[in-house]
Amino acid sequence: MKVLSKKEQWFGNVKGDILAGIVVALALIPEAIAFSIIAGVDPMVGLYASFCIAVTISIVGGRPGMISAATGAMALLMVTLVADHGLQYLFAATILTGILQILFGVLKLARFMKFIPRAVMIGFVNALAILIFMAQLEQFVDATWVMYAMVAGALAIIYIFPRFTKAVPSPLVAIIVITIIAIMTKSDVRTVGDMGTITSALPAFFIPDVPFNLETLKIIFPYSIALAIVGLLESLLTASIVDDMTDTASNKNMESRGQGIANIVAGLFGGMAGCAMIGQSVINVKSGGRGRLSALVAGTFLMFLILVLGNIVVQIPMAALVGVMIMVSIGTFDWSSIKGLAKTPVTDSIVMVTTTVTTVFTHDLSKGVFAGIILSAIFFVAKISKVHVASRIEGDKKIYAVTGQVFFASVDELVAAFDFNEELKEVEIDFTQAHVWDDSGVAAIDKIVIKLRDNGVLVRLSGLNAPSSNLIERLAVHRKPGAKFSGH
Amino acid sequence: MFKKILIAADGSDHSIRAAAKAIQLAEQNPDSEITVVYAVDGQTSKEDILHHFDKSIVDQVRKKRLEPIENLLKEKGISYEIKILQGEPGPAIVEFSNKMDFDVAVVGSRGLNTLQEMVLGSVSHKIAKRVKAPVLIVK
Repeated sequence: MKVLSKKEQWFGNVKGDILAGIVVALALIPEAIAFSIIAGVDPMVGLYASFCIAVTISIVGGRPGMISAATGAMALLMVTLVADHGLQYLFAATILTGILQILFGVLKLARFMKFIPRAVMIGFVNALAILIFMAQLEQFVDATWVMYAMVAGALAIIYIFPRFTKAVPSPLVAIIVITIIAIMTKSDVRTVGDMGTITSALPAFFIPDVPFNLETLKIIFPYSIALAIVGLLESLLTASIVDDMTDTASNKNMESRGQGIANIVAGLFGGMAGCAMIGQSVINVKSGGRGRLSALVAGTFLMFLILVLGNIVVQIPMAALVGVMIMVSIGTFDWSSIKGLAKTPVTDSIVMVTTTVTTVFTHDLSKGVFAGIILSAIFFVAKISKVHVASRIEGDKKIYAVTGQVFFASVDELVAAFDFNEELKEVEIDFTQAHVWDDSGVAAIDKIVIKLRDNGVLVRLSGLNAPSSNLIERLAVHRKPGAKFSGH
Repeated sequence: MFKKILIAADGSDHSIRAAAKAIQLAEQNPDSEITVVYAVDGQTSKEDILHHFDKSIVDQVRKKRLEPIENLLKEKGISYEIKILQGEPGPAIVEFSNKMDFDVAVVGSRGLNTLQEMVLGSVSHKIAKRVKAPVLIVK
């Protein structure tokens, strides 16, 4: 893949970046507001976050053309923190999230992404989609038919309008049309203004008003670590998608660090933690955005619109935003994982479903990811722990040929494959097709050798590869003097 | 007859049907060469990365989708080339085919109903309208 120079990253695609940036800004506004409402904070918190993060990441990020802002994944993680401790703790947690992410970047943890099973990532996005959808349901409580009609209308516009033109994002068109209808008909449906205030002012720098002590750290740390991990997961996944779509390479560790810096900036300017957005990044690339300029334009144009249009934004009916969020959840859900359910290995499907279900029940994406990783590790160990032992007689010698991985999970099976009661002169254990991994494996071999020797059988190990034989050399008891007597 | 033949393909059944027709065309001319073009859009990009993550595996998976078509081509001994593009199938294939000056473009039709066509848009329709070369739509 092509690596772009610094100059190309900024000015390689000026016209495309500016136009795409404007499209993204328009598409970002409804999402930033809706994600704020999911988190239980004023719409301004998500809008300021989107502005700060998009602008900061355009300078310090590692993946030009990727859009980062306030996201659903992050909003869902902070709900209880906001409800229990309030906004100032959210800002503090956001700053700590950034610090942790910078640490991850410096320690080059991006390379460990490969240890997260694919099934867990799929379960992660599916859970995210379901949670975003579920978060909309409370808007329907005590709603009139007008609300339902508006949501349906918004969805119809969102999905059909792109047939006519893709120059303007259809979610924005839906918002504008539904808002106009609501104002004209003077319907009293719930609006953004009912959920919080929009202030037409630039974000200002301030240190979160929390006591700087261990107590505060204890409160925010669990949230920050979950936010940091989930944010990086989604950001690195998105970066890879943008890599693929644009056929260019990106710097994943620089991106991790950049996400951290962006979150610190957001926290200091009254924004909530965010990360890269798959949907918006795809919109950006499709609209012709490739470079850093696109994220910069998206962030600044979004802020400009809020400054100018603040008093109109409060009149947007919640129904229109709910429509947009339903679209986001449909777009986030990986439908191919349902279609492919019959084809994928059962264990992968179980891991995927476990990740999704755990997340939906705990409302915590990081818990779902951990459950999925642990389960797939168990499945993996179970799968590779199958050892096969074949035996044959050659003259007065019996040869056992071991095939597979000899380690803690496979030793029972290995030992059980040997017959210690046979009257034999000599036994050869052939490890050509095997690998010995740990001290449990060596201990099992010890046990076999010593038991056979106790029966007066001459035992020889053959075909060990270098690492296995080194391990046995170091750990095996049967090689040491006096081993004959120590088997009991 | 036709020498440079383009097949718009994504490995689906209708694209395999289209390829079979394109091969019939190619057999009329011993000098003909086929270019199989697969356009990967944002949605597919997202799904492939999510399911396989590693770029080299993703590339392999995409080539594998075209395997049935490749096998047909090999079977008939026709010289061919595979080209994987990034972008919306309609515009990406139109741009590629107009740049490369094909003699004919062959594309399968998904057979969408009116509603699906309204929401999804017809790739074959776009190609028929905008590709300069003659277009053969295989139903």
